[in-house]
Amino acid sequence: MKLLVVAGPPSAGKTALIKQIIRHFHHQLRIAFLKIDVVKAYEDEELQREFGIPTKKVYSGDLCPDHAGVMILGDAVEWAEKTGADLFIMESAGLCLRCSPYLTQGLGVVVLSSISGIHTPEKMGAMVSLADIAVVTKIDLVSQAEREVLIQKIRDLHPKILLMETNALQGTSLQRLYSVILESEEIRQADLMLKGNPPIGTCTICVGKKEVGWRHHFGVVKKLDGAIADYLYRGE
Amino acid sequence: MLHELTVLSGFDKTGKREEYESIVIHAGETISIVGPTGSGKTAFITDIELLAQGDTFTKRKILINGQPPGSGIRNNPALKPIAMITQNTKCFADLTVEEFLKIHARARGIYSSKIIDETIALANNFTGEKIHRDHRVTILSGGQTRSLLIADAILIGAAPVILLDEIENAGIFKQEVMEIIQDTGKIIIFVTHDPVIALHTQKRIIMENGAVKAVLVQNELEVFAAQRLSDLDRKIGAIREELRADRVITRELMNLKFA
Ligand SMILES: Nc1nc2c(ncn2[C@@H]2O[C@H](COP(=O)(O)OP(=O)(O)OP(=O)(O)O)[C@@H](O)[C@H]2O)c(=O)[nH]1
Ligand SMILES: Nc1ncnc2c1ncn2[C@@H]1O[C@H](COP(=O)(O)OP(=O)(O)OP(=O)(O)O)[C@@H](O)[C@H]1O
Ligand SMILES: [Mg+2]
Ligand SMILES: [Mg+2]
Ligand SMILES: [Zn+2]
Repeated sequence: MKLLVVAGPPSAGKTALIKQIIRHFHHQLRIAFLKIDVVKAYEDEELQREFGIPTKKVYSGDLCPDHAGVMILGDAVEWAEKTGADLFIMESAGLCLRCSPYLTQGLGVVVLSSISGIHTPEKMGAMVSLADIAVVTKIDLVSQAEREVLIQKIRDLHPKILLMETNALQGTSLQRLYSVILESEEIRQADLMLKGNPPIGTCTICVGKKEVGWRHHFGVVKKLDGAIADYLYRGE
Repeated sequence: MLHELTVLSGFDKTGKREEYESIVIHAGETISIVGPTGSGKTAFITDIELLAQGDTFTKRKILINGQPPGSGIRNNPALKPIAMITQNTKCFADLTVEEFLKIHARARGIYSSKIIDETIALANNFTGEKIHRDHRVTILSGGQTRSLLIADAILIGAAPVILLDEIENAGIFKQEVMEIIQDTGKIIIFVTHDPVIALHTQKRIIMENGAVKAVLVQNELEVFAAQRLSDLDRKIGAIREELRADRVITRELMNLKFA
């Protein structure tokens, strides 16, 4: 089974892109789909209705969706294998910019919208820098020059990433993506690993202290004194 | 070198095959695309811009010099032989004019710093209200954005194929734009509702219901008509500038401009 992990900010066009991928491979591969979101998601019902493929959703609730992904992915891969899928597509909620859902196997795709702002790629940290492929969507809404400026920004940030742009509603210029998916290797479930280091997940705020101001807090995070930015917290 | 561009037919909005097999466009040709709103003019040039391979709504395919383009050309702006001015008149990038042009020049593989000044200067030929290098592109007006993007397409896009979607809108100086891009050896395609522009091009592609309905070649009478229409258009333009400059129409001005 091949694995495709699709991440990106809300409304970037992840589902629109996934629909194009399913439309393209529908008659060639058996596909299973999983959506991980925080509180609400409709993709499973939508894709199930439109393509009749096995789908599932998981709500992460209080947990970061990528942390939730790590916890349930083992079971999810097993479920997808059981459905007989050749290709397992996982759509992440992509809200936590410290984590990234990509694994050491399969393909990681980050979806970015052309109208999300020029500085978005650099703000997204590991979600962009650990992806194999970046797909820029909604190119029908901006000028050619602006698209190319955004693409250049991503290239500056991540020179090796495979970059593509598309109108995800029509599925334009995605042949390259389709062939990369086809050529991608089968995953071995036993040694699925996260690609990036997960950030330190607990601090006094995480455990429920509500007081505001650093004096009230202690433990596993510390303030870096002006070294990089005025306020940047890293694990101790 | 790009010497010809071929459009292989697709389907109209109702799914009927278009009634031509292919349209070949040669270097140096100017073409206008005309037809009612919604007839598929923008879709036609977007197919060219994307070097469509049957993967747009129209299912058209585009060949360069008779060959399907490689994926490098489709995905790398620095290799793309096509610059397009979209109907869009808004920029979302939170950058100054200078930063925007710099990054775009880098995307297109141009490293000269002169190009920024030249592009801004050219853009200022097309618009009344001057654009400044440290303006944010997000605050430029529709016409200023248009002017900047046209100058950018000509100098930074610097491509052998230039596609322009309704440049007559947004109140820019279209005569100046047309003069600069005529006779350049490039393929220039105008989507337009403006008879002055339509009559000036060597060929006209007529659209209807998402399909190409006809391809017409400019006849001799039309060359003459285009000239007359241009004169008339220049007069209208002159009056527009008078009004913009806070002047009233006097008998003198009437004699001068309406003669
Ligand atoms: N014009 C245009 N609209 C698009 C494009 N891609 C997606 N959209 C629209 O953008 C909206 C969001 O797209 P989705 O695919 O649902 O985005 P998503 O990333 O899956 O969003 P969440 O899962 O809710 O985070 C929808 O209304 C889509 O129709 C595109 O390329 N062009
Ligand atoms: N051959 C086609 N098949 C399916 N849909 C099409 C086709 N051609 C155009 N369309 C769709 O029809 C709509 C209108 O087309 P388009 O925007 O190209 O019109 P236009 O001629 O540029 O109109 P305007 O003058 O208003 O700008 C678009 O949504 C476009 O995607
Ligand atoms: Mg979605
Ligand atoms: Mg249009
Ligand atoms: Zn997280």
